[in-house]
Amino acid sequence: MNKLCSMREAIAASVKHGSSLVIDGFTHLICFAAGHEIIRQGIQDLTAIRLTPDLVYDQLIEAGAVRKLVFSWAGNPGVGSLHALRRRSEASSSERLELEEYSHFGLLSRLLAASAGLPFWPLSNYQGGDIARVNPSIKTVRCPYTGRELATVPALHPDVAIIHCQRADAEGNAQVWGLLGSQKEVAFAARKVIVVAEEIVPTELIRKDPNRTLVPGIIVSHVVHEPWGCHPSFVQGFHDRDNDFYVKWEDISRQPETYRAWLEEFVYGVKDRRGYLSRLESGLLDKLRAKARVCAGVDYGY
Amino acid sequence: MATETLAPPTASERMAHRAAQELRDGDVTFVGIGLPNLACNLARATHAPGLFMIYESGAVGAIPERLPVSIGDPSLVTDSLAVVGQADIFQCLLQRGLIEVGFLGGAQVDRWGNINTTVIGDYAHPKIRLPGSGGACEIAVHARRLLIVMRMSKRTFVETCDFVTSPGHRVNGRSREELGMPGGGPTRIITDLGVLDFDATGEAVLAEVYPGVTPEQVQQACGWSLRIAPTPRTAPEPDASVLRLLREKLDPKRLYL
Repeated sequence: MNKLCSMREAIAASVKHGSSLVIDGFTHLICFAAGHEIIRQGIQDLTAIRLTPDLVYDQLIEAGAVRKLVFSWAGNPGVGSLHALRRRSEASSSERLELEEYSHFGLLSRLLAASAGLPFWPLSNYQGGDIARVNPSIKTVRCPYTGRELATVPALHPDVAIIHCQRADAEGNAQVWGLLGSQKEVAFAARKVIVVAEEIVPTELIRKDPNRTLVPGIIVSHVVHEPWGCHPSFVQGFHDRDNDFYVKWEDISRQPETYRAWLEEFVYGVKDRRGYLSRLESGLLDKLRAKARVCAGVDYGY
Repeated sequence: MATETLAPPTASERMAHRAAQELRDGDVTFVGIGLPNLACNLARATHAPGLFMIYESGAVGAIPERLPVSIGDPSLVTDSLAVVGQADIFQCLLQRGLIEVGFLGGAQVDRWGNINTTVIGDYAHPKIRLPGSGGACEIAVHARRLLIVMRMSKRTFVETCDFVTSPGHRVNGRSREELGMPGGGPTRIITDLGVLDFDATGEAVLAEVYPGVTPEQVQQACGWSLRIAPTPRTAPEPDASVLRLLREKLDPKRLYL
């Protein structure tokens, strides 16, 4: 079945007021285009879930789209803080964001449970520290075989998962290489999956390299073709991370006024991703484009 | 001679060099961004060419050709031995007990090596919201040896952490053994003034100071009454060849130095 549609259609059909949502990616493959479309559609009251909420989650928070954040590490990696998040979670804040906090392994285990169709997941973690003390969802169980006490976390089924990939076919069979993050677990855990791809390719190409497919089309509801949908994040083999932007963001986001002005110009002020890309400094995309490093082919013969 | 014109080591260079000394050839090491990354790449360029570097983002056996700005830099993927999902990193490598060395830093550390990267102040109404655990909590639980790398001040070396994100040797009076933590816990805290070891009870003891630093100066930068070894050793300082390697090859843009 052909599931190709625009980002606007995919978001409008899937993300509702009050939805729980993951825009996944671990530094790599973070679909900023999807976050910006959610902001433009004025969707609110979201429960935003990700191990590493980053700039696009902070932008969703600043725009007023998020009620609750479920996370394990929130920051601008290697640079600094998420300032909208800090403004809405520190003692001086009047409009507080609800936070539900884990470590990476804890939150990942919630997705593993959901992706495996189990009610919970055990892990050897959280002994003695304060994370389990402030999060009542973390409990313990005694192993019926060894008697060992283990931490447990409950399955987490996001309403919608948005996964960016290098290439997919029109049915949503999605191929990913480079850092895989938790894209697979998130996709299998979610009730609805939107696949966003740099390239839409024929199913025959997917079939020629089946080991590369991370998310099978049978769990995908919408497929969006959005090249450069991840900027300033990166896509291995397509473009580098815009590290300069992450550094500049620290200054842009520190003051609410400059933050709002950025959102006005790059999110509210454009119709879609193409509009966003046209506002970037000229020559930037050429500078970021990946230099080829192609691996020799694999023989799938028998 | 060129050696005479070299500026003396900075605090970061001292720490990266001292941390590198802790790494043995072949150690399977969980590498964090910043100083740990520099320390690992320095060790690999000098005495430990077979250091096996694993990054939380999924790169296994990485040999990055540029200094990664973030833990998920694309240069970590290129030429790695394997790239795996994060579930594999945490379950098959860390929880399975395959990580020999972990590195952590933080906003606060206490005398038992407990680390806070979550909040300053009350958890529900914090003065400062910090990034949180990430993988730090599980690295602290599972790594066989843990190195803590932090600059020393009364604000960071505290009597009691506001929040224990990553457990050290004793948490609320209970030992790692009582709590059932598989990993060995912190072995050293490498600071800009000296190096703290841990005694049999799990308490930090000042064991080394850099040349020109006195134990009294270290105590002044520490928020608890610091135990001091009878005759602290002199911590090794980077020589000219190491400084050149750090400055010219490993971090030419001075991102972390």
